[in-house]
Amino acid sequence: MADEFILETHGLTKEFAGFFAVRDVGLKVRRGSIHALIGPNGAGKTTCFNLLTKFLRPSAGQILYKGRDITAMAPADVARLGLVRSFQISAVFPHLTALENVRVALQRQHGHSFDFWRSKTVLDRFNGRARELLDDVGLSEFADTQAVEMPYGRKRALEIATTLALDPEMMLLDEPMAGMGHEDIDKIAALIKRISAKYTILMVEHNLSVVAHLSDVITVLTRGHVLAEGNYADLTKDERVKEAYLGAGHG
Amino acid sequence: MTVTTDNIIPVAARTVRDEMIAFGIMTVLLLIVPFTGIYPFFVMQALCFALLACAFNLLIGYGGLLSFGHAMFLGTAGYVSGHALKVWGLPPELGIVVGTLAAAGLAVITGLIAIRRQGIYFAMITLALSQLLYFIYLQTPFTHGEDGIQGIPQGYMFGFLNLSNPTVLYYVVLAGFLLGFLLIFRTINSPFGEVLKSIRENEPRAISLGYKTDHYKLLAFILSGTLAGFAGALKVFVAQNASLTDVHWTMSGEIVLMTLVGGLGTIFGPVVGAFVIIAMEQYLAGFGQWVTVIQGVVFVICVLAFRRGIVGEVAHFFRLSL
Repeated sequence: MADEFILETHGLTKEFAGFFAVRDVGLKVRRGSIHALIGPNGAGKTTCFNLLTKFLRPSAGQILYKGRDITAMAPADVARLGLVRSFQISAVFPHLTALENVRVALQRQHGHSFDFWRSKTVLDRFNGRARELLDDVGLSEFADTQAVEMPYGRKRALEIATTLALDPEMMLLDEPMAGMGHEDIDKIAALIKRISAKYTILMVEHNLSVVAHLSDVITVLTRGHVLAEGNYADLTKDERVKEAYLGAGHG
Repeated sequence: MTVTTDNIIPVAARTVRDEMIAFGIMTVLLLIVPFTGIYPFFVMQALCFALLACAFNLLIGYGGLLSFGHAMFLGTAGYVSGHALKVWGLPPELGIVVGTLAAAGLAVITGLIAIRRQGIYFAMITLALSQLLYFIYLQTPFTHGEDGIQGIPQGYMFGFLNLSNPTVLYYVVLAGFLLGFLLIFRTINSPFGEVLKSIRENEPRAISLGYKTDHYKLLAFILSGTLAGFAGALKVFVAQNASLTDVHWTMSGEIVLMTLVGGLGTIFGPVVGAFVIIAMEQYLAGFGQWVTVIQGVVFVICVLAFRRGIVGEVAHFFRLSL
């Protein structure tokens, strides 16, 4: 069983002073799939996400990653196990170049990170791999550009390249398409599709056409709990899902 | 033509080139000071504060941590070095080592406490700890309370450098400053410096990449505190005393002021800032208490009109990295 599902939660709950942002959520993410978490605003998607990556501490429940209980682990340790997240606001290091952004991730795995007496030229040995990763996401010509000067869609691509540098087993993407134009959405969607061949992906996303196109499994959250789960075709027929999105009476 | 060349050279290489040239100019200027007729005492004092501000800048400019208690490292190293030289009769080089180590030890302890909080809370904890230390130094006998340690002997460094000769002392202080400056420069441009910058830029992201950011911030704090202590130990030979002013919170404020005026997060900014502030104190001394008011005005102008600081604005205008 542990082999089939890479990430599982049991009774995951987060309470903020009497308000249940996430209540009794049981998720099972199949290894190698693209799993989407959707739901109307305030459904608890981002909270759920922060619980999975340990940026928030659950009030109750259990999180299992590869059969191992990670409920009480620190976020940096979870990342080291190969479960790496992205952020809703594009998470790059703005005043580092694209190459340096990717290198920071490579550097973590390969040591030297506490060496303050060495020249950073020792990091040049990561340049080859960093360029490969930038090529992979179509950012070759931006290698020496500061991240802050890159267009938004490119920043998201850079963020994915940085995450891939860690060679994670599973990626958690928090609204990868937020704030993007059509062209960028198509590019990033294709990129996610491509990398999903190697990695398991769980994403929170508002853009339903992206979700429909990419996901193998979709979990619908409302008011902190799981409303329905299945593939896109099944869910579009589900009256409860329609109601949650459009409100009662529209059906 | 120059513009096109500039675009071909990668950013990193251009940065190193600019910084090397600036470092060369600074070193040459400082080397010729004794032949210019400038009051060497003023330059020596400014060099000590410049190193102090550089150490402070390592923490805030590259680690994003505002310490409002850096005077405690300056003062502690000063007291310990002064005591070691005067009472224990240690030679100058050992006096400096002992004082610097004392500051390093203090940085480990205070760092472990302060690093747990961020932003304004971090600043407040460092301020509280330095005030705590101020009152301890006011009471303990070895610091001589309000009087401070006076008449600290300068002695012979390594047995042959007569530090009571102003020119010899000047070059010893300059060597100490350059050593500290280069160490900071190296730290900023090291693998560790890269991680530190990434934490400053986006800490949650650094955590999500698997970095235990507290460990990096603690190391930065210890390095910064130790180098601030080194500046304090050097200053003992210049001032020949160690007093409460060096541990007072106004000193911590002055360090912040120097760094802001010069340019936060620039390599050379704190040096320029320290020289400007010390020069103001020196040459405006005739105005008495008004110096503080003038400094306040300078600070306000700085924050309102040129937020990048002197070096930051120059670098921005000429598109250099300094």
